[in-house]
Amino acid sequence: MATIEQLAIFQITIPLIVAPLVFLLKNGNRAWFLTLVTSVAMMWVASQLLVHVLSVGEFVTQIGGWAAPWGIEYRVDTVNAFVLLIVSGMSSIVLMFARQSVNQEIESNKRSLFYTSWLLCLTGLLGVTITGDAFNVFVFLEISSLSSYVLIAMGRDRRALTSSFQYLVMGTIGATFILIGIGFLFIVTGTLNMADISERLSDTSQTRTVRTAFAFIIVGIGLKLAMFPLHLWLPNAYAYAPSVASAFLAATATKVALYMLLRFIYTVFGFEFSFDLPLSETLVILSSAAILVGSVVAIFQDNLKRLLAYSSVAQIGYMLLGVSLATQAGLSAALLHVFNHAVIKGGLFLVLGCFVFRFGTASLKLLSGKGTQMPWTFAAFIAGGLSLIGVPLTTGFVSKWQLVTAALDIGWWPVALVVLAGSILAIVYVWRAVEVLYFRPVSDDSQIVKEAPLELLLPTWLLIGANIYFGINTELSIGVADVAAHWLMTGTR
Amino acid sequence: MTRNPVLQVISKIMIPVILLFASYVQFHGDFGPGGGFQAGVLFAAAFILFGVVFGIESVVKVLPQGVLRFFIASGVLIYGATGFVTLYKGGDFLDYNVLSSHGPSGQHIGILVVELGVGITVASVVIAIFIAFAERD
Repeated sequence: MATIEQLAIFQITIPLIVAPLVFLLKNGNRAWFLTLVTSVAMMWVASQLLVHVLSVGEFVTQIGGWAAPWGIEYRVDTVNAFVLLIVSGMSSIVLMFARQSVNQEIESNKRSLFYTSWLLCLTGLLGVTITGDAFNVFVFLEISSLSSYVLIAMGRDRRALTSSFQYLVMGTIGATFILIGIGFLFIVTGTLNMADISERLSDTSQTRTVRTAFAFIIVGIGLKLAMFPLHLWLPNAYAYAPSVASAFLAATATKVALYMLLRFIYTVFGFEFSFDLPLSETLVILSSAAILVGSVVAIFQDNLKRLLAYSSVAQIGYMLLGVSLATQAGLSAALLHVFNHAVIKGGLFLVLGCFVFRFGTASLKLLSGKGTQMPWTFAAFIAGGLSLIGVPLTTGFVSKWQLVTAALDIGWWPVALVVLAGSILAIVYVWRAVEVLYFRPVSDDSQIVKEAPLELLLPTWLLIGANIYFGINTELSIGVADVAAHWLMTGTR
Repeated sequence: MTRNPVLQVISKIMIPVILLFASYVQFHGDFGPGGGFQAGVLFAAAFILFGVVFGIESVVKVLPQGVLRFFIASGVLIYGATGFVTLYKGGDFLDYNVLSSHGPSGQHIGILVVELGVGITVASVVIAIFIAFAERD
């Protein structure tokens, strides 16, 4: 039996080492199976790590036998164990869905390359989350970014190439900003270890260099996070990527970026330093704008994937709004929404995957009236849509309730109004899709299709079901989010 | 590319020298400047020169896509496997000390194997990129 430290190592190294093996496989189905097994194993590892940190507490493991300030260390605490579980869990569920969808959307000679990129992306995302070294964050971020550009570029639509390139340019600028920020921190402190940086910053934090580093890192992460108004790469990237890649990235990539933001704000720079700067004011304005603008733009989309992508911009706004409150309750609401939004958006993108599987398009015009032909898929869309709006008994409601309570606790009632307005706008865009899908006459009745196959429906309903389950039984999600938020606010330092 | 005899003769002399120098940079990297990345690029440069002078089809004949794919993957596998061997031997991941009873010579073995992995992958990826661009019409 592996020790817990070895499990933390396996979390990163196993997907990394399986990726070249998958690359060598020619058969797409075998590549898929190996990827799925790896991803499920990683989910198991992540759950072991989470159980361990919840019962015993945080732990550190070093790489290569070099002790912390010199070598790289992996530091597992409640916050990143929670994110690790979200990332590996979402990857596993979406992979269950992936085989048939990928077989249809991607040419046979590129399938094993697709799964290789998937595993590398998973490695990168898990690596960003688990590492305790600031430069290592950048390295893993590049691994995940480069492979996600590949995942997006494999979309059937030729516009996937330009949107992937757009994402590449924006993502590279973001990563460069993060690197510049880390470079400044290294100049000031002479170390790259996060715990070490934060210790040394306490003496020198009020210098212009540190503030510049902070600004670079926040803007850089903002680009990766699709923080309004740096979100321009996101709608195209999600709209033209293969269905499963959209679901995977929407459910994980921005969540990991948010985790990075929290890690830098709370652990590296520290709460006092970060919120002495006008971070709270900036975030509250940007995130309110994200919620309102993202939702309004979503209403006018005529491609369902773009609609969900703009809704993602708005949902990221909710998470940042939680962060901007600068209280433990707000932070807990943000972390809770990281989980809930992963489940909602992952589920909804899988629903679109079912539609694309049968109709070959996510365009609202071409899908008009077609919802009736796939009743189970359409029901899943409605359930997911209700959760996106935030109707009681769904995860969306729990998130918004926590967020509004946290905002009212410190008397920020306009924030509560923004959340409410966001929900009303969500009703509009979800209803518009439902109306076109169900109540409009079928545009051309040449094509009558069957319900999506069970292999696609099961993972979809697994996520949609999780939406309802975690909307009713909030013990697990709120429990972990609270512990994680408490850990970030008080910390051990 | 026109088949220029002068270029062909000169390249035939140069290519073995480049390959030899690449191997020197690769395996002498733990004493002097060098290592897997630099050696890999030099190694690939020999193939690129070969491709430019003798035509891309000759490179593909020497390194068919399947072989190239195998090399791309095997470099990463060598690197990762070293890590797992050290874990298996009871050290941390990539803790080379446990590779030998004498710690420093373990470091020696470890860095040599890992850099070999880096070299193989870098060389084959650079060649693959060259082929991918050169084969396009």
